[in-house]
Amino acid sequence: MKITIKKSDYEKILSHARKERPDEACGLIGGVDREDGVREIRKVYLLTNVDHTSEHFSLDPKEQLAAVKDMRANGLKPLGNWHSHPASPSRSSQEDIRLAFDKKASYLILSLMDDNNPVLNSFHVEDGVSTKEYLEIV
Amino acid sequence: MKITVGGETKEVKDGITISELIEQEKVETPEYVSVSVNEEFEKKENFAARQLKDGDVVEFLYFMGGGQ
Repeated sequence: MKITIKKSDYEKILSHARKERPDEACGLIGGVDREDGVREIRKVYLLTNVDHTSEHFSLDPKEQLAAVKDMRANGLKPLGNWHSHPASPSRSSQEDIRLAFDKKASYLILSLMDDNNPVLNSFHVEDGVSTKEYLEIV
Repeated sequence: MKITVGGETKEVKDGITISELIEQEKVETPEYVSVSVNEEFEKKENFAARQLKDGDVVEFLYFMGGGQ
């Protein structure tokens, strides 16, 4: 699947992830699944990592609910989530795979391992298998 | 009676419980789903007993977490 994110939204999560270091940062993505098969992220949400650690993240359910309501109010649908890996590559960890319960979601992972070269990838996780999606920053 | 589920209005049987609604809506991996009713999160242990009322607004939210 091809998925797009606006440069301004990419910079928004990058800035937030840097600010939250050494903890992992996280949030949600909202947008549309277009008729041409492209998944278009139109809004990113910066949520609280209630774990407050450098190795785990959990979204705050109340903030999650508020974000989903905002998406609906703006004609968007929940497309998945994003989180940062402050010191490891942009790939799904075993824990990321184990806790990916929504087969329809895209899971974006932003690596800050090399601060000069942050890497953002998107993954689809189903039946314990993580598959990289084609992510384009537009 | 009518309730709203995930932003959509649905006709359901009177007094349907959260557990019954989860089954009816074919929610996948329900053990990892939080349920809010009128913006209040319900405890999982109450899902089987909590009956919904006409006009209730229900949301299913997947737990989202992970780690590096």
